[in-house]
Amino acid sequence: MSRAVDGTTPRRVQEWLRDRLFPSWPSSVATLAILYLAWKTIPSFVDWALFHAIWSPQNAGLCRQVMGHGACWAFVADKFRFFLFGTYPYDQQWRPALVIAILVGLYALSAFQTLRRSRLAPLWLAGLSAIGVLMCGGLFGLIYVENERWGGLTLTLLLSTLGIAFAFPLSIFLALGRRSEMTLVRWLTIAYIELIRGVPLISVLFMASVMFPLFLPVGVSIDKLLRAQLAMILFAAAYLAEVVRGGLQAIPRQQDEAAQALGLNYWQRMGFVILPQALRISIPPLVNTVIGLFKDTSLVVIIGLFDFLTAIKISLTEPPWSGFGVEAYLFAALGYFLFCFPMSLYSQALERRGARDTEVKTLREN
Amino acid sequence: MRVKPTLQTATLLFTLFSSAHAHGGATADAALKKGFLRCGVNTGITGFAQPDSNGEWRGVDVDFCRAVGAALFGDARKVRYTPLTAQQRFTALQSGEVDLLARNTTWTMSRDTSLGLNFVGINFYDGQGFMVARRLKVKSAKELNGAAICVQSGTTTELNLADYFRAKNMKFKPVVIEKLEEVLNAYFARRCDVYTTDVSGLISARVSRAVNPADHIILPEVISKEPFGPAVRHGDDHWFDVVKWTLFATIEAEDLGLTSKNIEQQAQSHDPAVQRFVGVKGDFGKMLGLDNRWAYNIIKQVGNYGESFDRNLTPLGLDRGLNKLWNRGGLMYAPPMR
Repeated sequence: MSRAVDGTTPRRVQEWLRDRLFPSWPSSVATLAILYLAWKTIPSFVDWALFHAIWSPQNAGLCRQVMGHGACWAFVADKFRFFLFGTYPYDQQWRPALVIAILVGLYALSAFQTLRRSRLAPLWLAGLSAIGVLMCGGLFGLIYVENERWGGLTLTLLLSTLGIAFAFPLSIFLALGRRSEMTLVRWLTIAYIELIRGVPLISVLFMASVMFPLFLPVGVSIDKLLRAQLAMILFAAAYLAEVVRGGLQAIPRQQDEAAQALGLNYWQRMGFVILPQALRISIPPLVNTVIGLFKDTSLVVIIGLFDFLTAIKISLTEPPWSGFGVEAYLFAALGYFLFCFPMSLYSQALERRGARDTEVKTLREN
Repeated sequence: MRVKPTLQTATLLFTLFSSAHAHGGATADAALKKGFLRCGVNTGITGFAQPDSNGEWRGVDVDFCRAVGAALFGDARKVRYTPLTAQQRFTALQSGEVDLLARNTTWTMSRDTSLGLNFVGINFYDGQGFMVARRLKVKSAKELNGAAICVQSGTTTELNLADYFRAKNMKFKPVVIEKLEEVLNAYFARRCDVYTTDVSGLISARVSRAVNPADHIILPEVISKEPFGPAVRHGDDHWFDVVKWTLFATIEAEDLGLTSKNIEQQAQSHDPAVQRFVGVKGDFGKMLGLDNRWAYNIIKQVGNYGESFDRNLTPLGLDRGLNKLWNRGGLMYAPPMR
């Protein structure tokens, strides 16, 4: 028995190699070329990133000497808290740290579906209010911190989470409005969606931050962060609305007619019959849009807010760290990846689950 | 760049509109009522305004904001910073989002007049210069005929450069790059012979990026005037006075030899100029509608102009140069306090 295994394993490996790596001449050449490239780049990258790197901020002085041969992670180590929390008061930075933990916890709880939907809503409400209290302070003996000082990864997460949280319900109404039989409502929503989709986010942010204050009466000013957040919500809603509309269009008209025949009114038909199905099938494209919006938050740099990427870029302008852009941007990429990749895994899992559910249903129906 | 004309039109409209109901003396009152001063600063430029690793703002512009805070509240910490991009800065000031703009902004005639701003003075004199590698053995900008010159695009720097070479009837090959980081990479990778920007920028690039700073020299020619100054909006002369005299107080203190370290002891001085400054004699604070110890508080909590310069710009390798006091060969001059 053991001999048989010994005998077959190398053959299997051989087969696998032939089938997957060297099935034909062109493929063999491609495989060899890729291996050669990897052999050329990976060891030197590992050397640079790990073995010749400077890690401790105490040794930051050595960074210039090893520049080009070794990475200067001392830069990231020294600036780490600035990347995460921006200009939040140093001795209070446990508060945004806790906020990040709460947000990640909420994402995880919502994704794993360990809790029922009905429990999730109050949990989010409680979490978001806790976040509000923690960030602003002024209650329970916490020092008040004005929102100009919020920044870093905390700000990126807050902008994107609140942006999606408010944009999503708005987008459902927009999607319904666009398919509405009431002409005025339909025209208005079409105009809104097409207008917002017709301009880049940068110009929406720019309008909100630079032009909008000019039209307010003297002495009235709406907070800069709030304006940026509103701009993000309005922008995100238009894109999400189109995704939701895609889902709505995939639901056969007969379903609506059947529900109508049962005597359900418009909101009942939408709420109980159409939307639950439409939203389920539009989850993968929704997550896709959400990932895009998460990364789009980095555009707030043009209105002087310190999100994660901006905090990293600003640190680069400090003379001791000037020229360590590769390290900085690698760290930024890692940061964004750590949030975007789980989102993408989540949407794949949902797709698989969705496929399974439909299979089960068809089996039952048969 | 296409937004510019629209923005300027809007700004102009706003200026006309807002002058109709300008509010006199209201800025200080409103700030006192709020309990803090709102100061517009750069989003991040070393030596002028930049958050450090602890998230605290540092720089000469930040020190100036703190000085106004000390004058107004007697507490330099009562300042909140609003980081502003180049496009946002004037709107933020005009719309009242910030009480004061201290954002390494060049004082020009159009900004001072049609944009509805008042520059209170100059807290840093800069000008455009050239840096070349020592190996090229160039001694003067007049020897740069035919040189490849690295310059950032979309800045006045680019225009000044073209003007200078046209006036001198010389030719040059521009290497125009948008991002600062990349323009520096290009220069230090020898893609061009010369790098041009404001002298302060040349010096900090040399200190931070050159393997051996002595390999690069900054040529003596300075081809433009870039005076940076804090600004307030039109329509509140009292606030204009407060901010203007805060700047003068920091310069005057250096002139009188008053520093954050010795001012406590100097407060007992018999020198009438010092007595007026610290508020022992005369009612100079009251004339500004402030506490008589306003200037004392500025120096005690923030320091004089020289201290701020030494703390923020000297470590970058910047020489005082034009920013020395008038009696030491520079341009820094404060009218008498009497």
